[in-house]
Order: sequence, then structure tokens, then C-alpha cells
Amino acid sequence: MFRIDFNKLRFLVCDDNPHMRRILRTLLHSFGAREVYEAEDGATALEMYTHYVPDIVITDWAMPIFDGIELAQMIRQPDSKGNPYAPIIMLTGHSEKRRVTVARDAGVTEFLAKPISAKGLYQRILNVVANPRPFIKTKTYFGPDRRRNTVNTYIGPERRVGGEMEVMQQPSLLDKARSGI
Amino acid sequence: MSKNKPGDIEVKTFATHHVIVQPNPLRKVLRRVPDDDRDDPVARAEKALEGLSGEFKNWMTIEADRLSAAWDAIRNDGFNEDTRGELFRAAHDIKGDAVTFGFPSAGAAANSLCRIIEHAPDLAKVPSDLIMHHINAVQAIVRQRTKLDTAAMASELSRQLRGVTDEFLTRANRDRPEHLEAILAPSIVPAE
Repeated sequence: MFRIDFNKLRFLVCDDNPHMRRILRTLLHSFGAREVYEAEDGATALEMYTHYVPDIVITDWAMPIFDGIELAQMIRQPDSKGNPYAPIIMLTGHSEKRRVTVARDAGVTEFLAKPISAKGLYQRILNVVANPRPFIKTKTYFGPDRRRNTVNTYIGPERRVGGEMEVMQQPSLLDKARSGI
Repeated sequence: MSKNKPGDIEVKTFATHHVIVQPNPLRKVLRRVPDDDRDDPVARAEKALEGLSGEFKNWMTIEADRLSAAWDAIRNDGFNEDTRGELFRAAHDIKGDAVTFGFPSAGAAANSLCRIIEHAPDLAKVPSDLIMHHINAVQAIVRQRTKLDTAAMASELSRQLRGVTDEFLTRANRDRPEHLEAILAPSIVPAE
């Protein structure tokens, strides 16, 4: 069995709602994290991301100035000076399938629909720590591999060409969001 | 396929994409423990969350008042990007937080309001009563929670608001199939 040494992890939490930040801070500290930095909007989070170089980003979606999707897109710049590979966990009140797809296409690593639970958050963190996915760069996308299953029947325009399927079998973001944990 | 970057990061290049693999930088924080290890970080966190619960009623009141203030701003200044954004974020925050704070029906009413803001073709043409009923419902649920019969009433109130909202949105979006699809799609959160 594996445990995470949370005290060696540095988190950046981005949420415009002070109550949700307090809850997240409480959960992360209870897990054992010591370094939890907080931002209340995407622009501040991006500055803090560059300055503190967090291991994991947890962000809300709907925020003023620029939102969690834009934050993910700014982080996932392959040629940026910062680290474009950090896991991004999107914690949001959005609960529609199309939102999960938008988040995935912005380079979000894990999606956690509110209401928040300690178990759900822990599972997402454990997954990004223990099972990181390779990154994919195409003309239009840079981020963690969006394929979690081998679907050979897919014939749409986004089918990758060349190379064998090397997919880490994991439930899709949508399935995980639906499972509630 | 070729490797075209030195160092720890391995890049495999294919016709339409690159696959980038780097050694797991977070591996160092994983620690093997015996199967009978008694430490339970999730239980610890749940207990800590419970410790915060004394604050939830107050937080929920603050959130409900923020929603009312956002609506007051719209009544004064009309809908614009800022006022619409603040009303949506206030409702959306309640939708996300209310279950955690112990007010699930307030969350349902706020969700219904979010759907209006997201999917109404023209917010200025939404009957103001429809929006106001949602805000009043959230306020009533938050402030009247201690009454014994409130839980069932709150749930029924939210259910009815959602019904009226869905009927309105379905009618208003009859020529906008992408919105209709989103309105009718099931939520990924089972309780909604």
C-alpha cells in the first residue's frame, strides 16, 4: 500500500470564493500538506505559479479576470519558461458533460465536481502523483494524454496517425466525475 | 519515430503528434506502508471538515447575501458583462458549496438560476419574477433551516423552481439546438 508524503508537496489553490479556499486549505493541511499557496483569481494564480513552482494546482472554473480554463491554457504552454507539466485538478460546481470535455481539452489533468469530499480530493491527488500520463503535443493541443481507453472504432478527425496505441488504462474524466469519488 | 530532445524528457515524434514522457517528478513523495497501517488521511480530513461545520451557516448566509446584492446591482444597472458575471458566480458558488454547508435545496435553487443565466437567449427578456423567486428561495432556505418542516418544503420549492425554469428555457431555446441539448442533458452529479 502506498501513502503520499503530503509534507513534500507544494500546492497552489485558486478559487475566488474564500470559503472554498478555507475548506481546501483545511483538507490539504489535514492530509499533511504544509505548503499551500492561495490565489483568488486566475491572473494572481499564474503569477504565483511562476513564483512558487507548485507541484499540483487545484483550481476552480468560474472566476473573475480570467477563469480556471484560461489558467490551465496559460500553464500548458509548451515553450513557456515555467513548468507546463504540473498536474491541474479542476474543482468546480459545473456538472455538465460538455464542461468535462472543455476542461480536458484545456489540459486539465483531473476533474472533480462539487460538492467536494475529502475522499474525492485525495483520490485525485493520489492519481496525479502515482499515475501521471504522458503529454501529447499536436497542432492544437498540449497536455496530458486525453485517451484513457483504447477505442479502435474512433474514426474522427482527431485520430492520431503513426505509432502504436500506448494507453494507460484509466477511467475517463467523465466516468470519474460521475462516480462521485 | 525519433527522439529529439536530450535530457530526462523523452519525446517520440509521430506523423501528427509528439508523445512526451518524463520521469515522474512526484514519485519521491510516494511511500510504501504496511497494509495494516492505521493512518487514514481521508478520515483525518473529514474530521477537520466537521470541525469547520460550525461556520457553515454563517458562510451560507454570506453567500446568499452576495447573491441578493448581485441581483440588486442588476436592478439598478441592468445586465452587463460585470453584473451578469457576478450574478452567475454568486449562484454558481452556492450551487457548488451548498451541499457541503448542509443546504442542498439552496444548491438546487442556485443551480436552476445558473441554468437561466447560461441558457436564456436574452437575459433582459427573462421575467424578473423568475429570477427573483430563485433568489428569495435561496434566502428563505438559508434563513429558515431551523424550522422542523423546512427540509421537505425547501426541496419541493427547489423542485418547482427547476420545473418552471426548464419549461421556460426549453421554450426560449426551441431554435437553439445546442442549448436545448445542454439543458436536457443529465448532470454528471447523481444527486442533481
